[in-house]
Amino acid sequence: MNTTVGVIFSSINDEQVPELTKVRSKGSIPYGGRYRLVDFTLSNMVNSGITTVGIITKNNYQSLMDHLGSGKEWDLARKEGGLILLPPYSDESEMLYKNRLEALKGSSAFLKKCKEDFVVIADSDAVYKLDYSKVIEQHIATNADITLIYHEHESENSSYIILDTGKDEKVKSIEINTHAKGVKKHYINAFVARTSFLLNVIQTAISRGYTSFSKDILLAGLSTYKIYGYKFDGYYSSVSSLESYFKSNMDLLDKTVRKEIFGDRDIYTKINDAPPAKFTETAKVTNSLIHDGCLIEGTVENCILFRNVKVSKGAVLKNCIIMSENLIGEDCKLSYVVSDKDCIIGNGRLLAGYEKKPYFINKGTRI
Amino acid sequence: MLRKKECVAMLLAGGQGSRLYALTSNIAKPAVSFGAKYRIIDFPLSNCINSGIDTVGVLTQYQPLVLNEYVGNGQPWDLDRTFGGVHILSPYEAKKDTSWYKGTANAIYQNIRFMKMYDPEYVLILSGDHIYKMDYDKMLTAHKEAGADCTIACMEVPLKEASRFGILNTNPDGTIYEFEEKPKQPKSNLASMGIYIFTASKLFKYLELDEQDPKSEKDFGKNILPAMLNAGEKMYSYRFEGYWKDVGTITSLLEANMDLLGTVPNFELRDSDNVIHSRSPLAPPAYVAGEVVNSLIANGCEVEGKVINSVIGTNCIIEEGAEVVDSVLMGNIVVKSGAKVNYSIIDEEVTVGVGSVVGDEKSVACKVEGKTSGITVLGRGVEVSDGAKVAAGEIVDKSV
Repeated sequence: MNTTVGVIFSSINDEQVPELTKVRSKGSIPYGGRYRLVDFTLSNMVNSGITTVGIITKNNYQSLMDHLGSGKEWDLARKEGGLILLPPYSDESEMLYKNRLEALKGSSAFLKKCKEDFVVIADSDAVYKLDYSKVIEQHIATNADITLIYHEHESENSSYIILDTGKDEKVKSIEINTHAKGVKKHYINAFVARTSFLLNVIQTAISRGYTSFSKDILLAGLSTYKIYGYKFDGYYSSVSSLESYFKSNMDLLDKTVRKEIFGDRDIYTKINDAPPAKFTETAKVTNSLIHDGCLIEGTVENCILFRNVKVSKGAVLKNCIIMSENLIGEDCKLSYVVSDKDCIIGNGRLLAGYEKKPYFINKGTRI
Repeated sequence: MLRKKECVAMLLAGGQGSRLYALTSNIAKPAVSFGAKYRIIDFPLSNCINSGIDTVGVLTQYQPLVLNEYVGNGQPWDLDRTFGGVHILSPYEAKKDTSWYKGTANAIYQNIRFMKMYDPEYVLILSGDHIYKMDYDKMLTAHKEAGADCTIACMEVPLKEASRFGILNTNPDGTIYEFEEKPKQPKSNLASMGIYIFTASKLFKYLELDEQDPKSEKDFGKNILPAMLNAGEKMYSYRFEGYWKDVGTITSLLEANMDLLGTVPNFELRDSDNVIHSRSPLAPPAYVAGEVVNSLIANGCEVEGKVINSVIGTNCIIEEGAEVVDSVLMGNIVVKSGAKVNYSIIDEEVTVGVGSVVGDEKSVACKVEGKTSGITVLGRGVEVSDGAKVAAGEIVDKSV
C-alpha cells in the first residue's frame, strides 16, 4: 500500500480577508455555522486515509492551535504520526517566511522524517470534498512528478494560477495572475508529489536561491518535470475576500451543496458542548442554518448562526452570518451583516450591508 | 506517589427500565435518548465532573452494548484519565460465586475491589435514570461537616406521590430516625433521590454483612440503609432544591422533555456553570426552513415542515408538509411529507411514511386509557408505511 503524508498551509494569503484574519490565520476562520476553514482540507486528508498531517503556521496561530488541540477530533492524536504543527522557524535570518517556497523549506525537516511515499500539499481556505487517494492513483498511473488539482470555473479576480491541460491531463501551459474571461482550469493550490521528489525540489530551490513556488518550480519546470493536472469536478469554493466568504457560506443553504459537503463522510471539527437550539413561541426561521446552543425569539431569514447566538424578541435578521456567542438585542434589524465572535448588538440597532459588501463587525464589538 | 481518590462514584446503570416498554427493548435505561442530544447517563456523569469527581464506576448488566459504546473511554465528559476516569463494570466470572448482579447492594459489593483500588474516604452511589443538575461536592461537604456515616439526598414531593418513593423521616437537625421504602401511609413527604454518600469503611462493612445474610434482597433501600439505621450509625438527610425527575415511565419521560421548552423552562440546559456534556455528534448545524415554534432542534436536522412544542433530536428530517406536535423525536428519524405526528415519543432510526398518522392530538389522546396514558410510542428502527395509522396510546416495536 502506498502511504501518504499531508501538509497544510494554514496561513497563506491571510491579507485577502483582513477583517477575518486580524485575530487569526486563514485556516481558523469560522465557517458554516460550526467549522473552521481548515476543517475541510484536514477532513479530506483524514477521509483519504492520511494519518500524518503537518500544518504550517505563520503568525496569529493561537486560535488555530486552540481549535486543533491534540488533533483527537480528527483521529489524529497518534503515537505514530498524527497532527503536527509546524510553526515558522528560520536558521538563516530573523524573518518569517514570505512565500510558499520558504514555508516549504521550513517544513523539510518534518518531511525528511516522514516515511510516507507521497505527499499532498494543500491550502486551507477552500471548501470542497475530495478523496486525495484518487489523485495519487492518477499520479502513479501517469508517472507524474507533480499533479496539480484544478477546478473549472469562471474567474472572479486575477490572482489565480490557470492551467491548460491536454487530453492526457498533461499540463501544457501555466498562467499566473492573468485576467482571463470565461471558464478556466483553476489550480486550487493543492498538489501531489513523491515525498523524495519534493525534498529534492526544495533542496535545489534552497541552493539556487529560488523564491517562488509557482514561478521557479511550476512555470520554470514545465519542460523538465512531468507536471499533470487532476480534474476535480465537485463543489468548490474558496475564501479570497469578504465577499467570497459571504457567498461561500450562503452556498450551504443550498440542499445539494450541503448534501455533497456534509453527506456520507464527516467533516471533523472541534466539539464544544452546547444544548440543542431553542425556538420560542415568537421564533420565525426560514432558510437558515442554526447551530446547537442558539436561542431564537425573533425572525431569522437566509442566515447562518453559529453556536450560542441569541436572537432576541422582535429582532429581524436577513442574510446574515453571525458567529458564536453573539447577542442580538430586541427589535434589531440586521441585513447582510457578518458579525465576528462575542459581539453584543444593543436593542433596536439598524445595521445593513450589501451582498457584495457585507457589513462587518469586529470580534468582541458592542454596538 | 500517593495513589488515592477522596471520593469514588458508583453509578448503577443496570436497570432494565421495563416501564419504558419499546424504548428499552434493546438498550439499558441510562442509554435512552433525552433532550434532543443527550442520553440520560449524561446527567449523572456531567454532575460528577462538574462536582470535581473524576473516578466513576458504571455498573451495567441489562443490554449494555449501546451504553458501553456511548460511555467509551469517557472523553466527552473529560473522564479519560490516567488514574481514575470512567470504567464500565460488568458482572464477571470469578473462581467461585460467579453471578449476575442480584440487587443494587450486591452490584456494589461485587465491585469492592474496584473501589479499594482508589483507597477512597467516601463513596458516592448514583443511579442512572434521573434528570437533574447537582453539585455532589456540596453534599460531600455536608457529609464531612456532620461527621456522618451515610448521607441521603432527598427532596420534598407531593404527599400523594410519596408512596412511590423511599421516604425519610428526619429530626429537625437533619438526622434520619426512620427509612421507609415505598410506604402505604407515608409519614413525611421527604423522598430519597437514590443518591447516597457513604464513608467508605462503613459501606464496605455493611455490604459484607449484608452479603452474608441469606434473607436479604441485597438492596440499598430495603436492606443496607435500614441495617445501618438499626445499628445506630449516623445517617443524615441532605435537602436538594432544584429540578429532579425520575424518567422511568413514558409519561415522565415526555414531561421531562417538555420541561426543557420555553423562555424560562422548568429545567434549564443553557447553563455555562454546569454544562451537561454528551457525545455530541459531528453533524452540521440544523437547516430550518419550515415553521418551528416553542421547540428544541439539534444539529444535523433538516426541517422543512412544521414543528410545534416538540423536542427534535440530531439528524432528523421533517419533510415539507409534515407536522410534528407535542412530541419527542430522538434522532435519525425521517418524517415524510404529509405525515402527522402527535403526542408521541419516537425512538431512533424510525421512518414515518408519506401521509401517515401517528398518535392523536394531545387534548384527545390524553383521555385514552392505557399503559402510556395516550402517548404513542414507536420503538427503535420501526418503519411506518405510507398512509398507515398508529392510534393514540399504542406501543409499536415492529414495522407497520
